[in-house]
Amino acid sequence: MTTINKPKSAGRRKSGRRHPLSSVALIAIGLLFTGGAYAAFSTSTANAETSATSQQTIGEGKKLFAANCATCHGLAAQGTGSGPSLIGVGAASVDFQVGTGRMPLQMDGPQAQKKAVQFTDEQIATLAAYVSSLAPGPGLPDSNLLDAKGNSAKGAELFRINCAMCHNVAGAGGALTQGKFAPSLDGVTSKHIYEAMVTGPQSMPVFNDMNISPESKRDIITYLKYLENNPSPGGYALGSLGPVSEGLFLWIFGLGAIVALTVWITARSN
Amino acid sequence: MSTTTTTTELVETKKSGGLTAVAANYIDERTSISTAVKELGRKIFPDHWSFLLGEVALYSFVIILLSGSFLTFFFSASMAPVQYDGSYVPLKGVEMSAAMSSSLDISFDIRGGLLMRQVHHWAALLFVAAIGLHMLRIYFTGAFRKPRELNWVIGFILFILAMAEGFTGYSLPDDLLSGNGLRIIDGMVKGIPLVGTWISYLLFGGEFPGEAIVGRLYSLHILLLPAIIVALIAMHLLFVVVHKHTQYPGAGRTNQNVVGYPVLPVYAAKAGGFFFIVFGVVMLMASLFTINPIWNYGPYDPSPVSAGTQPDWYIGFADGALRLIPPGLEFVWLDHTFSVNILIPLVSLGLFILVVLIYPFIEAWVTGDKREHHILDRPRNAPTRTAIGAAGVTFYAALWTTASSDIIATHFSVTMEGVIHTMQFLTIVGPFIAFFIAKRVCLALQKKDREIVLHGYESGRIVRLPGGEYIEVHQPIDEYERWKLVSYSDYKPLMIRPNAQGKITTGQKVRAGMSRWFFEDRIEPVGNAELEQAHTDRH
Repeated sequence: MTTINKPKSAGRRKSGRRHPLSSVALIAIGLLFTGGAYAAFSTSTANAETSATSQQTIGEGKKLFAANCATCHGLAAQGTGSGPSLIGVGAASVDFQVGTGRMPLQMDGPQAQKKAVQFTDEQIATLAAYVSSLAPGPGLPDSNLLDAKGNSAKGAELFRINCAMCHNVAGAGGALTQGKFAPSLDGVTSKHIYEAMVTGPQSMPVFNDMNISPESKRDIITYLKYLENNPSPGGYALGSLGPVSEGLFLWIFGLGAIVALTVWITARSN
Repeated sequence: MSTTTTTTELVETKKSGGLTAVAANYIDERTSISTAVKELGRKIFPDHWSFLLGEVALYSFVIILLSGSFLTFFFSASMAPVQYDGSYVPLKGVEMSAAMSSSLDISFDIRGGLLMRQVHHWAALLFVAAIGLHMLRIYFTGAFRKPRELNWVIGFILFILAMAEGFTGYSLPDDLLSGNGLRIIDGMVKGIPLVGTWISYLLFGGEFPGEAIVGRLYSLHILLLPAIIVALIAMHLLFVVVHKHTQYPGAGRTNQNVVGYPVLPVYAAKAGGFFFIVFGVVMLMASLFTINPIWNYGPYDPSPVSAGTQPDWYIGFADGALRLIPPGLEFVWLDHTFSVNILIPLVSLGLFILVVLIYPFIEAWVTGDKREHHILDRPRNAPTRTAIGAAGVTFYAALWTTASSDIIATHFSVTMEGVIHTMQFLTIVGPFIAFFIAKRVCLALQKKDREIVLHGYESGRIVRLPGGEYIEVHQPIDEYERWKLVSYSDYKPLMIRPNAQGKITTGQKVRAGMSRWFFEDRIEPVGNAELEQAHTDRH
């Protein structure tokens, strides 16, 4: 309001913009707006969660947690020598780790591996509700970010820049140090891809919303789903592993077939 | 009178031979081609599957030329930035070089383009692989001996040129993978002391990647290298005709003859048909299996590198050598960085290539053998050569395997560090182990051959002699088989002899030492006297 009025009321300078307290007021207004906006944003996800998950589900989650996770993560999820603290990891982390079967951990190793999921969807939701009730953290992604209808070209570019050095350009996976590895992304659900990006499980870095915006994450998912749903235009992709599988194929099957044929063509004369 | 005779003669030829004869006659009268056909058509080629491997390489090269010509019609060797507007959705609107864009257009918007790209690439892999296998056959059978030493050198240069062709070729699409490969080469070049940086700037026309490299590689790829390759192939084949083909030892085969089929009609028909078989195999691979999916890699951008970034198989050994070098080998001296980590692979691979290139001369020097050899060695009958070959193959294979260290780690659930350390061990110690095992296996096989020649096969028939003694009847080997087992040239360690001045030179000593190392463990072929003895002793 005041800014709009400024050019019109150029004469009354001492009482308006030049008032001694105007800067204080301006800062106060600014803080109010940013703080309010921040609060509005952060509560919008938190509100949605609390309304959806009543105290009862949190209680159920706590019981499940105590029975299945507390051995390593501690009864209050505070973490122990054998498992990290889960305070503040958010629902997304729980949904990813438990939803892909990585948790509960089957065995110690370089990294937790995917296996058959141990809980039902409802159980996972209650666990997630419990863990997210401990402290705010990344929530479950909105379904409109998971529809794989974004810009696949932009997603592909982001994927090559941010993800391909570990996961390979075609999402076929790759090796890391000390026996760890970036898994193949083929067949991973959109939700889990999104959650992995925001929570950074195991060796993976966190790609928060400042780093890659939710829309860009949607683009990345779009690209990965494009790869998954469109078979390689060139024929069987040999695992999309690049020249190693091509070379191996050529030596074993290509040259193998050729040698077999040379034997055949010269055997006739004997 | 004479005119009438000619006419009748002409009419007669027409009647007897028809159109073919007339046409042949027409051509012959103008080109005298019949002399060449007579000469070449009667050329004898022995028949063995391993003699066709070089032909496979030749045919792959023809396929590469054909498919490559198609690709040049549509490829644009420019690094000028354009916006991709073709039909591959996940790259639409992305800025890339014209080279990448045209490669994508070949793949997606030109009829048959993707097939031709894949034919070209698979045939290229097959080309180098067939050359490799052909070289191994030549080496292990000793076909590089006099008079074929120079042809070995030509062939090996062809192998190097084929790798150069491959490298320049897969760098052309300017996709992420090829750019990463170029970056590695750039790094290797820059690692050369003093001149490295200069060479790199010269090569790329400024700082990497610049806008010149694709055009330059293209000139090399389609003009200079193929021209040299074609010329060398012509020389290579000419030498094969001049030297006549080698043959495996067997009854009736000597250094003076060639046992086999004449080129015309059988051999030519077989060889011609074989071209189509090779073409068919390549076509089948190209139509069913993806190779180099540039659409996945996207345009080159210096920042991203994909996991599983490897060169095509034939450059793998160099990539592996780089991976094997332990960290921390760089040092700064006189304000210059010395990249020992780059120099060790460069120097050791250079030496390896040099040794392979001049091996025929080394062996000729060691044996002092000036005779011509047209009969091939069975690998077991040259134990030290076979063992050296096994060591070389192990060294190469270890380097090559290391290039896929990350894929091995993920697919066999082992650690990358473990793979690298294992391969470091195998690269250094493996060749020695392979040498030892191969040599012992050769000597054992030679002993077995000796045993068979002298005592025949064990028939399993037990006979009781009148005196009560039991013996197993040994079935003597037939003469044709025996010829194969006894007819190899045997070398003995050279004696050191003083030269004309009565001195023993260091060269002589080295040579004698090498000769001893080559031939001190040997199994002599069975001689006539020995054979007679064995026959009279037969129980």
